Amino acid sequence: MEATPTLPALHYLNNGYGLKSWLLTKDHKRIAILYLISISVFFFLGGLMALLIRLELATPEADLLSSDTYNKAFTLHGVIMVFFFLIPSIPATLGNFFIPMMVGAKDLAFPRINLLSWYIYLVGGIFTFYALAAGGVDTGWTFYTPYSAAVSNTHVIATALGVFIAGFSSILTGLNFVVTIHRMRAPGMTWFRLPLFVWAHYATSLIQILGTPVIAITMLMVFVERAFGFGIFDPARGGDPVLFQHLFWFYSHPAVYIMILPALGVMSELIAAFSRKKVFGYSFVAFSSLAIAVFSFIVWAHHMFVAGISVYSAMVFSFLSFSVAIPSAVKVFNWTATLYKASISFETPMLYAYGFMGLFTFGGLTGLILATLGTDVHLHDTYFVVAHFHYIMVGGAIMGYLGGLHYWWPKMVGRMYNEFLSRIAAILVFVGFNLTFFPQFVLGYLGMPRRYHMYPPEFQVLNVLSSAGASVLGLGYVLPLLYLLYSLKKGAVAGPNPWGAAGLEWRTSSPPPTENFPITPRVTTEAYEFEPQMAPEFKLV
Amino acid sequence: MEQQKEASTLGMWTFLLTEILFFGGLFMAYMLYRIWYHDAFAAASRTLDLRWGGLNTVVLIASSLTMALGVRSAQLNRRKPLLLWLLATVVLGSVFLGVKVIEYSDKFEHHHVPGPNFVWESHEAAPAGEHQLGGGGPVTEPGRAASESAGHAPAASNPQFQQWTQIYFSLYFTMTGLHALHMIVGIVLMSVIAWMAWMGRFDDHYYTPVEMSGLYWHFVDIVWIYLFPLLYLIDRS
Amino acid sequence: MSHIASVKSYVTIFLILMVMTTITVAVAFVHLGFFNKVVAVGIATFKATLVILYFMHVKYSSRLTKLVVVSGFFFLLILLGLTMADYGSRAWIPVPPTLE
Repeated sequence: MEATPTLPALHYLNNGYGLKSWLLTKDHKRIAILYLISISVFFFLGGLMALLIRLELATPEADLLSSDTYNKAFTLHGVIMVFFFLIPSIPATLGNFFIPMMVGAKDLAFPRINLLSWYIYLVGGIFTFYALAAGGVDTGWTFYTPYSAAVSNTHVIATALGVFIAGFSSILTGLNFVVTIHRMRAPGMTWFRLPLFVWAHYATSLIQILGTPVIAITMLMVFVERAFGFGIFDPARGGDPVLFQHLFWFYSHPAVYIMILPALGVMSELIAAFSRKKVFGYSFVAFSSLAIAVFSFIVWAHHMFVAGISVYSAMVFSFLSFSVAIPSAVKVFNWTATLYKASISFETPMLYAYGFMGLFTFGGLTGLILATLGTDVHLHDTYFVVAHFHYIMVGGAIMGYLGGLHYWWPKMVGRMYNEFLSRIAAILVFVGFNLTFFPQFVLGYLGMPRRYHMYPPEFQVLNVLSSAGASVLGLGYVLPLLYLLYSLKKGAVAGPNPWGAAGLEWRTSSPPPTENFPITPRVTTEAYEFEPQMAPEFKLV
Repeated sequence: MEQQKEASTLGMWTFLLTEILFFGGLFMAYMLYRIWYHDAFAAASRTLDLRWGGLNTVVLIASSLTMALGVRSAQLNRRKPLLLWLLATVVLGSVFLGVKVIEYSDKFEHHHVPGPNFVWESHEAAPAGEHQLGGGGPVTEPGRAASESAGHAPAASNPQFQQWTQIYFSLYFTMTGLHALHMIVGIVLMSVIAWMAWMGRFDDHYYTPVEMSGLYWHFVDIVWIYLFPLLYLIDRS
Repeated sequence: MSHIASVKSYVTIFLILMVMTTITVAVAFVHLGFFNKVVAVGIATFKATLVILYFMHVKYSSRLTKLVVVSGFFFLLILLGLTMADYGSRAWIPVPPTLE
């Protein structure tokens, strides 16, 4: 129908060259790219830690790393992956890039604060790098006291400060999104015409705003306890370690929803685009994001069932934890209903979406097993927990991130990647993931504790399977790095809307101009209104 | 302009929301330990000078008044009064900090700063027969029913009592220290706003920075409104 | 905030705050047991409410602003309340005796 697409002459990437134009940019799209590069660095660093862990665990004996080094490896794996990869991942890259476009604005509400949040993130990262280089930290990413505050002789302060500082980056991103979504929508863009990706990020931002300050103050308290000898959590000085856990998990449980909600938002976009149908039950899905955000704040003590909390409160938290599964299930049902009788296809982003649906559902169900007070007593601190949260965070969040990255890549850089390689990578990720983490459910059920680098020999087969899976998974992650970078110069030019998708971001060029839209859009249609005539010509297969 | 003002207002309130939760964590820790170690907390609190605390409360609330009047002047495009009210706010805030320096030095002298040099000497008779909830924190079981009246209150010279007063002071310094840090930021902020006002940057159509800084200042005042009774007025009867 | 309050209204609020501060200090010298805490926090909350409504103009602000303020305190109450629910209910079911 159209001639071969060409790149626009002027867009956000070539609008100004040089380091200063990037490091002092106010353009949300450039900031998103800056974040993309930084979180990728942290991802591979955290992945390196995972490699060490899985290498060690391939044999039952402690033969690769000393106990202390192993403790440092899993601590840094957790700290880096949670605070420096997962929490910023989708919001700071895809969210930063697309929320202004999806609401029809030129930029976020506070562009300079957006840039500031990236610098703050980097400073937090530097503290963590320092901790890593200077010898590591071995408290576990959970920093439980009194070990972290009084006993450990590793670099707790540097890491705690790194987390504290990175938290402000998260808060500022959330603040920016909330104000943008409330105040910067284009004419005609009512709340219920917003893409579900925006709803998901709004909910995520609420959690970031309300929850992150509590871990910030908790890290600060650990810092003063270590640095000045204040005794707030140390039982030897009258303090209560369980208080630390209450404060820590008050944030860290909602934090896991910071990690998954954006991916749930991506999922809605992918499912709509690749089934060419608007999402079934739009308002249910929108409200379920808000429900998840609110509910996430009243379930935290399910991480503490065996820490010494009262049985009554444990029962209450167990019951509440069941309820938080409901809105997640609502989403999965609505996506399934969307796929029903739709024209579905199997491009790479959609492969990630299918994988997500299966793995997220499975991981979520295992969460219910852990939420059940009786079974949790047996499974707490075993590999069952490890498998559960990796199903959600890797099988869910990371696959959502990769799916979104592949979906919006042509929009961000103007070029397509190699579809064959990308599908191979998606399959490798799926297969590698399951091989890595499914055996861990069995291991946990059989009683293998987490954070141990030696185990009884009868667990070896499952551990070897897991480690083998990890190598496949690792390969699946390295491939996109290669073909995506390659596509920057050599990929086919994508044009404004290679997928034939609906949404304001597809109405402008690829890559978009700095101001996003040449003229302010005026919105008259509901979300996901697909135009039938765009379908066949733009299919890639 | 209007949209920008709405955006800034929402942004500042959202930021203050994070501050509520930020201080909130400390209030949580405080609340728990005050219930557990009530007598120790009460005794430690009595070593704070109520006159300084009271003065600071009056000073800070007064500074909120001057701040509010400053915003009002900005709304009415009265540059000189705006400047004067802002400077008054800065002065009052500085007085607050000055008093805090006095209080902190006093605590240093009495070895009430937690850490290796902490020493607790009570000059009060140990409150005999008064029961503490559960007999006190995690070292003894807090699970013991509250109805089990302790009957024995640890003597003030009891090392456990010392520990518990140290926890009070840990929280005292962390909470007031964090508050003081916020005050310093506020004073710097107000000085910048005052400079901007002096340069004629504001009029009755644009005074958003004045108003936003005002919101921040009032918030810091509110934190102190809670800190004062909680830290200074535990039990002075 | 197009509503411009009068100087008189601000000074009135200030004076009320001063009176409440005096009352708070005075009550601290009276032994009311548990109610000392209630009065102290209650008066502080009343003072904070005045500052929020009048000095911070929330009385004349949008519904969204009011919602933001309320939700902040609401989630703080969840932190305080649910945590204390744990500590408070520990005494209800005693720890089972050990097997020795």
